[in-house]
Amino acid sequence: MSDGLDSLYREIILDHYKNPRGHGVIESADAEAEGQNPLCGDEVSIYVAFGEDGETIDEVKFSGRGCAISQAATSMLTEMVQGRTATEVATLDKDELLEEIGIPLTPVRLKCAMLGLTTLKVALHKAKGTPLPEGIAGFDELDLK
Amino acid sequence: MAVTAQTTKLDARKLRADFPIFEQTFHGKPLAFLDSAASSQKPRQMLDAMREFYETSYANVHRGVYQLAERATAALEGSREKVRELLNAPAAREVIFVRNATEGLNLVAYAWGLNNLGPGDIVLVTELEHHSNWVPWQYMAKKTGAEFRMLPLDEHGELDLGALDEAADGGNVKVVATGLVSNSLGTINPVEKLVAWAHERGAIFVCDAAQAAPHMTVDVQALGCDFLAISGHKMCGPSGIGAVWGRAELLERMEPFLLGGHMIRSVRFEGTTWGELPHKFEAGTAPMAEAVGFAAAIDYLHGIGFDAISAHEHELVSYALDRLAEVPGLTTYGPPADRRAGIVSFNFDDIHPHDVAQILDLEGVAIRAGHHCCQPLMQKLGVAATNRASFYLYTLPEEIDQLVDGLHKVKKVFA
Repeated sequence: MSDGLDSLYREIILDHYKNPRGHGVIESADAEAEGQNPLCGDEVSIYVAFGEDGETIDEVKFSGRGCAISQAATSMLTEMVQGRTATEVATLDKDELLEEIGIPLTPVRLKCAMLGLTTLKVALHKAKGTPLPEGIAGFDELDLK
Repeated sequence: MAVTAQTTKLDARKLRADFPIFEQTFHGKPLAFLDSAASSQKPRQMLDAMREFYETSYANVHRGVYQLAERATAALEGSREKVRELLNAPAAREVIFVRNATEGLNLVAYAWGLNNLGPGDIVLVTELEHHSNWVPWQYMAKKTGAEFRMLPLDEHGELDLGALDEAADGGNVKVVATGLVSNSLGTINPVEKLVAWAHERGAIFVCDAAQAAPHMTVDVQALGCDFLAISGHKMCGPSGIGAVWGRAELLERMEPFLLGGHMIRSVRFEGTTWGELPHKFEAGTAPMAEAVGFAAAIDYLHGIGFDAISAHEHELVSYALDRLAEVPGLTTYGPPADRRAGIVSFNFDDIHPHDVAQILDLEGVAIRAGHHCCQPLMQKLGVAATNRASFYLYTLPEEIDQLVDGLHKVKKVFA
């Protein structure tokens, strides 16, 4: 395998892709949203359950289809945001997730990697009125209300 | 230029030398460029023609009385004549320069559709359409109150002509919009039959030939269609130029699409009148150098011969289907080799096309991964996206081998 392959599809990415954490649906979730990547037609749905304070994220699940990068990034995201508040996650810097992913991404693949985070922020916006992320292409404006 | 139909086999290896892009390597490997259906590479002859025009003949057209402006005008109109000849259109004034086929199809949807569609009318597209000949019609149907319908595909990825009469049921079919060659599956559609069916019902037929014109002879009179659009960039021409052809009697009755300079006869405060064809539809400064490049590309293709190009692609697509059939877990879509252009769409196990394409890139293989601007078709196939390898006159069988070798690497990563 070439160096390029090693760095791009490193073990941790493939592990999250093949054994995604937080894969599934939360019935009657406290917050949820569906996002699309217009470049490839991938779709992801994110479901959030808050803890007793109604603010701390207790559980995040996701469903949908996507490439290894988008699925692995969303899987990592579900672990990363557990126990944080909606307000914290709404302002979560994308670099924090990118650092976790740890591979160089071209602009096209960056969109794959950010699909889950963007969708999660939209879900939180809809449920809690937290700020929307930048660049929310793929979401119908009406869906955001 | 007299067009001589050459039936001799083309020499892709020799032609490749005309394309500077192939002089470089990617990730240390020679480039196997299998994405010509998205846009073709450019021969030096076309690039030289554009440079020469800029260096010797450039001025704005149709305005100046000086010699240079006349030279530029002659170059633009000479290019229009080349496109007319390519399409066997009855008159050059029926050929309108646009940015690409998408803009040409929008021109027809707006300038014809707005004044000719209404409640009770049916706009019929197909499940195989590129978004460029689908979305404008869906939008225009919504705007005018017409009904938007879609002709389905059969299980071979070919249009289900048996469903035509049902598609017309209970309404007045006014437009049938269909591509000649599918950019996604490579299917060559029976446009003549669809045109006859449309005309029996008094409908117009709008043909998207963007994916056909690079590969085969496109004759608007033989097809019998009413409008037809092509893109220069898919056929060795520059980006930013295409053409839409329409029957003069329809174009004359249409209102303009874009308004402004050049497209007028007279402008008064009380009202403006429109110029003659084709100028009525060509507002603003024309893409002159692009038109010159487009004409040079057409000359280049004629020099090779469309029969030779078609034959070469059929050979490649047969070879590709055979080689891909050897790869376990690989599913190809679309009709058999003899009924398709040089395009093969496929999926590989449940590995996402983005991942397939990314790993192939590291092997120097460029393919397309995505929905190919055909989301209704993807829905029919039950997938979000496919991989697509597409071939052109400069494609070599070794590039298909490089693809198959790369697929084995993909398998290793995702095993």
